[in-house]
Amino acid sequence: MGGVEKQRSIIDFTLSSLLRRKGKNAALLTVYALVVFFLASVMFFTQAIRKEAAALLASAPELVVQRTVAGRHDLIPLGYIEKIRGIRGISAVRGRLWGYYYDPLFLANYTLVVPEAFPWGTGTIVIGQAVARRTMTVEGSVMPFHTYSGKPVNLTVVNIMPATTELVAADLILLSADDFRMLFGVPPGLATDLVVEVANPAEVPTIARKIGALLPDTRPISRDEILRTYEAVFDWRSGILLTLLSGALLAFVIFAWDKATGLSAEERKEIGILKAVGWDTGDVLLMKFWEGTAISLSAFLAGVILAYLHVFIAAAPFFEPVIKGWSVLYPQFRLTPALDFSSLAVLFFLTVVPYTVATIVPAWRAATVDPDAVMRG
Amino acid sequence: MILHPAIIALLTGSLLTSALLLYAAFFAMRILRHWDLTSGSELQVSLERRTYLLTTVMACACTFQILSLFLFIHTADSICTLFSGAMCAAGTLNLNRFGYPALLLKLANFLLAGLWLIVNHVDSKGYDYPLIRVKYRLLLVIAPLLLAEMVVQGGHFLSLRPQVITSCCGSLFGARESGIASHLAILPEVQVLIALAITIALTLACGGYYLLRGKGGYPFAAAALVTFAIGAMALVSAIPVYIYALPTHHCPFCMLHREYGHIGYLLYVTLLGAGVAGLGAGALQPFRGVASLAAVLPVIQRRLVLTAMILYGAFGGVALWQIMVSELRLG
Repeated sequence: MGGVEKQRSIIDFTLSSLLRRKGKNAALLTVYALVVFFLASVMFFTQAIRKEAAALLASAPELVVQRTVAGRHDLIPLGYIEKIRGIRGISAVRGRLWGYYYDPLFLANYTLVVPEAFPWGTGTIVIGQAVARRTMTVEGSVMPFHTYSGKPVNLTVVNIMPATTELVAADLILLSADDFRMLFGVPPGLATDLVVEVANPAEVPTIARKIGALLPDTRPISRDEILRTYEAVFDWRSGILLTLLSGALLAFVIFAWDKATGLSAEERKEIGILKAVGWDTGDVLLMKFWEGTAISLSAFLAGVILAYLHVFIAAAPFFEPVIKGWSVLYPQFRLTPALDFSSLAVLFFLTVVPYTVATIVPAWRAATVDPDAVMRG
Repeated sequence: MILHPAIIALLTGSLLTSALLLYAAFFAMRILRHWDLTSGSELQVSLERRTYLLTTVMACACTFQILSLFLFIHTADSICTLFSGAMCAAGTLNLNRFGYPALLLKLANFLLAGLWLIVNHVDSKGYDYPLIRVKYRLLLVIAPLLLAEMVVQGGHFLSLRPQVITSCCGSLFGARESGIASHLAILPEVQVLIALAITIALTLACGGYYLLRGKGGYPFAAAALVTFAIGAMALVSAIPVYIYALPTHHCPFCMLHREYGHIGYLLYVTLLGAGVAGLGAGALQPFRGVASLAAVLPVIQRRLVLTAMILYGAFGGVALWQIMVSELRLG
């Protein structure tokens, strides 16, 4: 019998023997697939959200300058703009006004931003989709706010941002600079932070250093640093989840080991008969190898497909709060599917390798049973 | 430390593989000490049974080891964004003193694991365990190296601190630095390429002679080894220059990126595969006199020689193709 022919016959036999013990193998397969599903969900989700964050930050300013007082972020004088503009290589500097507003009525935090150009004038606001949903507001209605001194103010909603902007603009409210200063009591001549545009991105670190030297009470933050921090945070969060799931993984390994060790009398008899009719230990081990491969492959594929559906079609209801962060106003969005070889390789190392290691010794023990002893017992 | 999923996977994988190896090494020593095929003692029977287990354990461990090399390089490459100044795996590996030793150990273990699988395959073809002592001695060589790899790789990942400024691949493989990597980088490109072409041609000629006459196994193995070494040198000196069309850029890792069509993986796989096959063909040569292998050994050696020839040919072909389509011309 040729090599391929032999393997085919053994695979054939293995599959039919797996099917004969449907109940026991289905239990193992379900648990295995669930473990793969959880791990794969975490990884797919992190990867997709990391891509999303990188795509968003691509349009962020290269350099943001914040003023710190006693180690805390503070308002920055607009006079700093002139000083910074003197540094060579900078194409534009402008102040930004933004902040957070807690709405006690709807129990939600909004992000208030003054855009570069706000054509609707004072007394009006443009709101994000999630804000509109939460406050049940439509265009033309009025939203109540309280200023820093407690005075009530009504602002008219002139526009609601389109749904495509939801990931960034879910909790966003755009308003004019005058309204912003009135709401929060920010005096004229001060801004939240400064945005610096640099003509050549390669010069960003040098310019950041120069700003730091020129204005020692400021903290320049480059886009790369933000991106790096996001990556680290998402990696860290998924790592924490994986570490927590390692308990489940360990339980699964013990389960698999136990299943493989506790051969039923019927299985022992089967192996005994196989050896009596001329199979040698190597053939039985080969059968066990194909058995493990069939189970691992089915569980792996099922788990990965389920995780794909969970993350990219159902938007990951199980893990969303942990990996994305906490907020009352969640953006609703569908992640762009992202799959690559390395995450599958990582999953392989976290599931198939431990499973294989756990079942090698039991498989060998089963393969080396004495036919004579088994059939007599 | 960075809790990156791939790092967790690599550490888990290397812990498990090392545990398997330790277990196997313990019994390998017993087998080396007490093996006696002529004896029918209970100990001998139990050792014979044990060999099945060790073979399976080692086959798994070696397969995982081979896969983990690529995951390691890919991981080092993909986490470089966490370190300012690092642009590819070169920067990540250079972050602490464990990075490059870990890579070298992984490469050595890759070759040894491949060799072990070949020796084991041959051994399983003979009825009287002809290579049993050879393969378990080899196992005892691999085990400490694998443990060292686990420690060094663990040290590398555990001492990674994001934000550390590291010299990126541009300066590490540039001419200014001192160290092995930069010594290789200042090798004259054209001469290295000529040497590579000559050694590949020589290997193919020796292989062809071997296939036709069944003789000259040692010369072939020697040629294959020299080609492997020169191929590895070309991977850090001459070939990258053409791939990036930049005479100063000698990095062997940037070519793994999407911008270069992941061409690096193709070069790595063909070179490493050819190295393992060539090494295996040579390592089997001393056992041609073993009676129980007389029928199978020449067949296996022929296959290995043919594999090494095809893979070296592919490696040379890919390198030549990259040089032809490159915008760069060196005199």
